Amino acid sequence: MSGYWSDIVTGGKSLVTGLAITAREFFRPVVTEQYPWEVPTMTPLFRGHIELIGNEETGEPNCVVCGMCQRACPSVCISLDGKKNEGGKGKVLTRYILDFTKCSLCGSCVESCNFNALRFSREYNLASFDKNDFIMDLMQRLEDQNRCKR
Amino acid sequence: METSMWRALLYLVGLLAFAGVNAAWLGWCERKGAARIQRRIGPCEAGFAGLLQPLADGLKLMSKQLLVPQGVDGIIFRVAPVLAMIPAITSLAVIPFSENIGARAMELSLLLLFALASIGMIAILLGGWASGNKYAIISAARSVSQNLAYEIPMLLTVITVVMISGSMNLREIALDQQGGFWHWNIFRLEHGHFLTMWISFIIFFICSVAETNRAPFDMAEAESELVAGFMTEYSSMGFGLFMMGEYLNIVVGACLTATLFLGGWDCPFGLTPGIWWFLLKIYVLIFTFIWIRWTYPRTQIYRLLNLSWKILIPFSMANLLVTAALIKVF
Repeated sequence: MSGYWSDIVTGGKSLVTGLAITAREFFRPVVTEQYPWEVPTMTPLFRGHIELIGNEETGEPNCVVCGMCQRACPSVCISLDGKKNEGGKGKVLTRYILDFTKCSLCGSCVESCNFNALRFSREYNLASFDKNDFIMDLMQRLEDQNRCKR
Repeated sequence: METSMWRALLYLVGLLAFAGVNAAWLGWCERKGAARIQRRIGPCEAGFAGLLQPLADGLKLMSKQLLVPQGVDGIIFRVAPVLAMIPAITSLAVIPFSENIGARAMELSLLLLFALASIGMIAILLGGWASGNKYAIISAARSVSQNLAYEIPMLLTVITVVMISGSMNLREIALDQQGGFWHWNIFRLEHGHFLTMWISFIIFFICSVAETNRAPFDMAEAESELVAGFMTEYSSMGFGLFMMGEYLNIVVGACLTATLFLGGWDCPFGLTPGIWWFLLKIYVLIFTFIWIRWTYPRTQIYRLLNLSWKILIPFSMANLLVTAALIKVF
């Protein structure tokens, strides 16, 4: 008999506590986001694929084609090209291809960039049936962003 | 009460409609309730707030193939889902919805209800047995032992109500409790019945949760252990009928609880008694069923039987004795 009554009392109490918890949750607001209609806002530290940062006035990429990102990348997903700046000094970017199929979002490229030319995007709608969709031309992306801004 | 053809037809159609609407939309209520408790939205695509979801589900079930696997006992396999549904609908015939609404006020309506509830249990047993599936058979055996265990305390607590009201006619039991909540069996002031009847109410409610095979007592379809229990081999509307039968059993259980303990169609303050109070009571009780289901995890079979044999039965026995003594002494 030992524990019989205390089992009933403590058991009953815990049952009531459980009901109280679910009753409280019942009246709290839902946390579901109806995805295609409600778009979530990404947190500041969200890591999408990388993108180029454009100059605020001209919209030209900040990149000086030093190639640090290319060298820092452990998965060899970045390939870029530049040409000599005519009538100025340094180089300008002509091609920046990211192979996102190999990228592990480690962030070494962003860390290694000394010219504020690379950042993580907030892009999360990344699904496709075609592998080639993930070989991204970041110059094109920057141009598209500039056009949207204008 | 005149017993004309029209009256019978009207009640037949009315009760079938009530049963159908409840069986369909309680599924929606359950999904919405579960969703809210888990802070989700629940069905929301089909119609306003997902209200057309039951129709969509029904269409989907009906358009599927009614599969009868090899090696099942064909006739029993087909009869079982029907047998799960029919007693539940039939039970509604003796439920007094209000003073004037009630298909049949039989003298032994309470007894009839329990007899029909046992047939519902046999449907589960037959369905599980005829499937020829090990999960289904385990489920059927569990379901029978569970129902046996819980019918005893349930009947013992019902006897207390019958002693107080002096009748097994549900209508008379409800009539006996008219005139405000202090006349209801659960809080009844005369003879000091409120001392014991709330225990009766709790025991009865626990037992009706167990009798309807609802969580946390859903040992019969414990999906984490037994796939879907006795419903494993059923597809299409065979499964649909079992589901509808389950929801109807909940409705009948709530009706019975409301009639036996909560004064049937009586208003708590003695004003405007009527069917709306009865409906309000049964839906509050049904909400409690849903609430309980989404609060507690499933128990184990031996714990379930322990609860009945070690706690509920002794308590209901003692309760019966004390109630009888109260009637005798005061």
